[in-house]
Amino acid sequence: MGQIILNQVRKTFGDVEVIPPLDLTINDGEFCVFVGPSGCGKSTLLRLIAGLEDVTSGDISIDGQSATELPPAKRGLAMVFQSYALYPHMSVRKNIAFPLRMAGLPKDEIEKRVTNAASVLNLTDYLDRRPGQLSGGQRQRVAIGRAIVREPAAFLFDEPLSNLDAALRVGMRLEISELHKRLSTTMIYVTHDQVEAMTMADKIVVLRAGNIEQVGSPLELYKAPRNTFVAGFIGSPKMNFIQGEQASALGADTIGIRPEHIDVSDTQGQWSGRVGVSEHLGSDTFIHVHDTGLGDTITVRAAGEVDFKHGDTIHLTPRADQIHKFDAQGLRI
Amino acid sequence: MATQHSRTAARIMMAPAVTLLLGWMLVPLIMTLYFSFKKYLPLRGGDLGWVGFDNYVRFVSSSAFWPSVTATLIIVGGVLLITICFGVLLAILLDQPMWGQGIVRILIIAPFFVMPTVSSLVWKNMFMDPNYGLLSYLWEFFGAEPIQWMSQAALPSIIIIVSWQWLPFATLILLTAIQSLDSEQLEASEMDGASTLRRFWHIILPHLSRAITVVLLIQTIFLLSIFAEIFVTTGGAFGSKTLSYLIFQRVLESQNVGLGSAGGVYAIILANIVAIFLMRIVGKNLDN
Repeated sequence: MGQIILNQVRKTFGDVEVIPPLDLTINDGEFCVFVGPSGCGKSTLLRLIAGLEDVTSGDISIDGQSATELPPAKRGLAMVFQSYALYPHMSVRKNIAFPLRMAGLPKDEIEKRVTNAASVLNLTDYLDRRPGQLSGGQRQRVAIGRAIVREPAAFLFDEPLSNLDAALRVGMRLEISELHKRLSTTMIYVTHDQVEAMTMADKIVVLRAGNIEQVGSPLELYKAPRNTFVAGFIGSPKMNFIQGEQASALGADTIGIRPEHIDVSDTQGQWSGRVGVSEHLGSDTFIHVHDTGLGDTITVRAAGEVDFKHGDTIHLTPRADQIHKFDAQGLRI
Repeated sequence: MATQHSRTAARIMMAPAVTLLLGWMLVPLIMTLYFSFKKYLPLRGGDLGWVGFDNYVRFVSSSAFWPSVTATLIIVGGVLLITICFGVLLAILLDQPMWGQGIVRILIIAPFFVMPTVSSLVWKNMFMDPNYGLLSYLWEFFGAEPIQWMSQAALPSIIIIVSWQWLPFATLILLTAIQSLDSEQLEASEMDGASTLRRFWHIILPHLSRAITVVLLIQTIFLLSIFAEIFVTTGGAFGSKTLSYLIFQRVLESQNVGLGSAGGVYAIILANIVAIFLMRIVGKNLDN
């Protein structure tokens, strides 16, 4: 129930190849996140799976059956859109019931499923309201409700949290993760936010310009990024990249070290520099260090509060076992 | 417009325009009311004094009154039906991406810029003439007897002509409404398994309801007073006499200003009844 296999799927718009031939397997029950910078083709890929765009060549199969030629409604997938795409002239109840009405289910069955979905999503009190009278988070839940009543083979989410404020986003992230645990249905989730990808995914697919850069679990991507793009994209703040002497000493073209893998000291260390901006988050402090002689600004994380002021001299020591090495093509050594 | 001072200034600035418009409206209204209570026959003795509600009673009891009300409602209803149905279809068609979209849109809107008298005469003489009209050739081509449009089908003819004039207006307003429909909603309904027809019925049509109400309201106000189209085609014959045309006949053909004025007051009342109904519907539709 819900294994999706893409085989040599390719998409062009006119002369522009948005997605070069691509293979991907999403296993049943998996929470798979497509992540990448905007314009990397992740939404297009999702729309290809949904059937809202036609593939130029290649094959998409859902549960072992080819779905390439099937219209969206016949693929057994449900989608949650970025704008929620609720029907503004219908009540919440009618919105959730819409796919069931279209499928021609009997009235009492529709009523049962809507009531059930509403209680799962805490929408029971809002069933008779219009979408315009709901808050962003509630609308989001209605959109999810409309998806779950269909009992689809897989859920597709197209940047569903990007219209919510930061606090609500964290809450909805948890709710969607919990929903996944409870339903254990395949979910494909598109986002540009690597935090969402890291926290929710079983499997992350990192995309750049339509190409899959790496597929793996969040921690695999964090610990062993296959190239500099993935290394820079996963993790916050970004990994520091150092080229030149320091890198060639380790037999690499570029070395990468995450801010959290550098120890700071005010007396001694391997590198030294001048403190620029410090970002105090309470639990952590991110310090931007200039003039280290290593090229770019180096970002380091110090646990808790540290007493460095702008312009102070700071000493840095990278943890040797956490240094990532990349060759001239940017690939991991 | 925040301060007391600027509000006063604004009132003074607006006063000339408001006064002018008020006079523009009030003078004819008061004159109509004034004449409606008089027996006034310009070519047969002029002002023959006050007659109370005599004109009002005579206007309604005339055998031409109720048929003219019916004709008015049939024309208004027919034109509204045709323009809204075809307007929605044309709007959907024009919303599709196609080559030469700009030119096609201008062509679609063009009939609206043709003067009513001109377009009516063109229709009457070039299309609906029973001898050399294009439609009669069409009928003959299929071996049918050409229709005497103006005499045999006077009301349908006028409805066709007026619909042709007003279709661009409806199309234009409905097209802008369709363009504001969120494409994700259509995609969502597609994923939800709605067929093309059901998408139209459940998503597009409800989205258009507000625009349709606006078209309905504006067109009704203008259609209640159509005159030129009737004047140059049937001249009010063959059951095509509307209320406004009847008033024209009472004043100019019968030379009875008092009787015509009373008819004018009825027309004002009718238009207001329709307007109140429409405002109610619109108000309900525009609220949410």
